[in-house]
Amino acid sequence: MKILVCLSNVPDTTTKIKLSGDQSALDMAGVQWVINPWDELALTRALDLKEKSEGKIDTITVITVGESLTEPTIRKALAVGADDAVRINLNPTDDYEVASNIAAWVKNNPYDIILSGIESSDFNGSAVGGMLAEFLKIPSVSSVSFLDMEGDKPLMKREIPGGTETIRVPMPFVAIVQKGIALDPRIPAMRGIMMARKKELTVVEPTGEGAKSTYIGFAMPKAKAKVKMIDAENAGQLITLLHEEAKVI
Amino acid sequence: MNFQFTEEQLMIQQAARDYAQRELIKDVLERDEKALYPTEHVKNLAELGFLGMLVSEKWDGGGMDTVSYVLAMEEISKVDASVSVIMSVNNSLVCYGLEKFGNDAQREKYLRPLARGEKIGAFLLSEPEAGSDATKQRTTAVDMGDYYLLNGTKNWITNGNTASTYLVIAHTHPEKGHRGINVFIVERHSEGITVGPHENKMGMRSSDTHSVMFNDVKVPKENRIGEDGFGFKFAMKTLEGGRIGIASQALGIASGALELATKYAKERKAFGTEIINHQAIAFKLADMAVKVENARNLCLKAAWLKDQGQAYGTASAMAKMYAADIAMEVTTEAVQIHGGYGYVKEYHVERLMREAKLTQIYEGTSEVQKIIISRSLME
Ligand SMILES: Cc1cc2nc3c(=O)[nH]c(=O)nc-3n(C[C@H](O)[C@H](O)[C@H](O)COP(=O)(O)OP(=O)(O)OC[C@H]3O[C@@H](n4cnc5c(N)ncnc54)[C@H](O)[C@@H]3O)c2cc1C
Repeated sequence: MKILVCLSNVPDTTTKIKLSGDQSALDMAGVQWVINPWDELALTRALDLKEKSEGKIDTITVITVGESLTEPTIRKALAVGADDAVRINLNPTDDYEVASNIAAWVKNNPYDIILSGIESSDFNGSAVGGMLAEFLKIPSVSSVSFLDMEGDKPLMKREIPGGTETIRVPMPFVAIVQKGIALDPRIPAMRGIMMARKKELTVVEPTGEGAKSTYIGFAMPKAKAKVKMIDAENAGQLITLLHEEAKVI
Repeated sequence: MNFQFTEEQLMIQQAARDYAQRELIKDVLERDEKALYPTEHVKNLAELGFLGMLVSEKWDGGGMDTVSYVLAMEEISKVDASVSVIMSVNNSLVCYGLEKFGNDAQREKYLRPLARGEKIGAFLLSEPEAGSDATKQRTTAVDMGDYYLLNGTKNWITNGNTASTYLVIAHTHPEKGHRGINVFIVERHSEGITVGPHENKMGMRSSDTHSVMFNDVKVPKENRIGEDGFGFKFAMKTLEGGRIGIASQALGIASGALELATKYAKERKAFGTEIINHQAIAFKLADMAVKVENARNLCLKAAWLKDQGQAYGTASAMAKMYAADIAMEVTTEAVQIHGGYGYVKEYHVERLMREAKLTQIYEGTSEVQKIIISRSLME
């Protein structure tokens, strides 16, 4: 059995977002790149499953649509235990382009289970997993918070308002996972870091479809209004301020 | 000249940071308060490969370079220097000493489990009456034909109780001065060894420091490292590298304090604004940042020299002295920036200040580093 985990390379969640001068793009200078947190959890779960599968799961492959700057992130996935990696050499514009290009690879290199995170922490499009399943004409299950193997049959659970749904689908399928799928992401060990060097990272040129959208511009959210603290003893001042400054009463 | 870290070095730095910020932080205050040994963390760090990261893969180590080691030591020390000193002693004193100067039989038997972190090592040089002046060893090892008979007391031994493998410095020929000193591999549970009580320390309270007494302990002949009389040179050579570990530890304590103080100064308000907007505080932070950066550069330079196979003794003494001294200054200022909150335990900076003090003392006091540095100028 083979598992594919889709990895998105995203700015570290503590990154301060900056825009380019003309506001047409994000300024990525000096950004620290990490594995998208949901994808990292998906990978963690895949590794857990492989370890307890007694050899039934043969390989875990990670795939990224991105240019060479994504390689450190990919190698981290190899260092924590993925067996091999594929990078589709393209700086993608939208979810459609990502999904279409991953689908093009998967059509020639089939997997039994494909995992994707519910969204990426940069553009939060939440569309790649679903689109990928459509391109491949296979089932997808969204918001998966539990995945296990019962013998060789995968079993999933998802939280729904007021309860939990338990789902089984035939392989191959796409599971779009969210928090709960695994606890903490793994920390790579020295041995893993050394081995990552020797693992295969296949780079292929894009053969899928191009983007369907273009970005027109970006805008920063409005700065939060300033907060004025008033001493409890001067509560009366509140009324004056609401009346004279805020002009709401 | 290239200031760019490799992808692997960055990965190791991140791994150490993740472990420290995610795991060590959870119980560091309690372990400090109650002086509890970090058993679980030592096990986890062993599994991640940190305890033998400098040993070559051939001997089951991580095969990493010294630059990576500095990066990892800094990250671990930002949160918990009690844990990083265990890592430092095991890696850069015990494993290094065995790998560099031991023979294959010794490496096979003792280095492998230490490099895997399954066993922990300790380095026993200091004595009640021999600290800075390490030539004044009173511990003796008398040649009895097929074994040595070891007698004496060692003081202040890090990992003193938890270690399984001791590297013990002792006099075999007191009349020969420092040329009569040897170093022996001694198993902790050999007959005749008594470990003293846990020292009740000011800082690094979670690491176990003990005195160790030897009373007619038989040490097999094959456990002597190197030629007869090599012990003093062994200690000095090994400490040269060890100092890179302690320098990086001091660096981490300082940079950890700087991070905390900067964060606090951006949040805490006084006189209507965040205190970082008061120039007196902003300039303090600027001074601290320059010191930390200088210390980091000295540590990395010494590590780089070692990785290049060049002489690094003076560089590591400079790094150790400077990083330890600025760690004391930076942590003191970090407490000051925190005001009253800095003086209580929840805010971590008072603990960092207590930890910083030790870095000016062990593996050669700051005064001893100055002796080493000034002697290199006299050459
Ligand atoms: C927590 C802890 C852990 C330790 N772990 C270990 C360990 O694992 N293994 C080990 O072998 N040792 C260990 N040590 C011992 C440590 O290395 C010694 O304490 C240190 O070398 C200083 O020796 P001393 O305490 O005897 O001080 P002394 O040598 O007595 O020094 C006292 C003061 O005199 C100064 N001084 C001495 N000589 C000179 C001089 N010529 N010129 C100027 N000033 C001088 C010193 O700098 C110091 O300020 C540890 C110590 C501590 C506190």
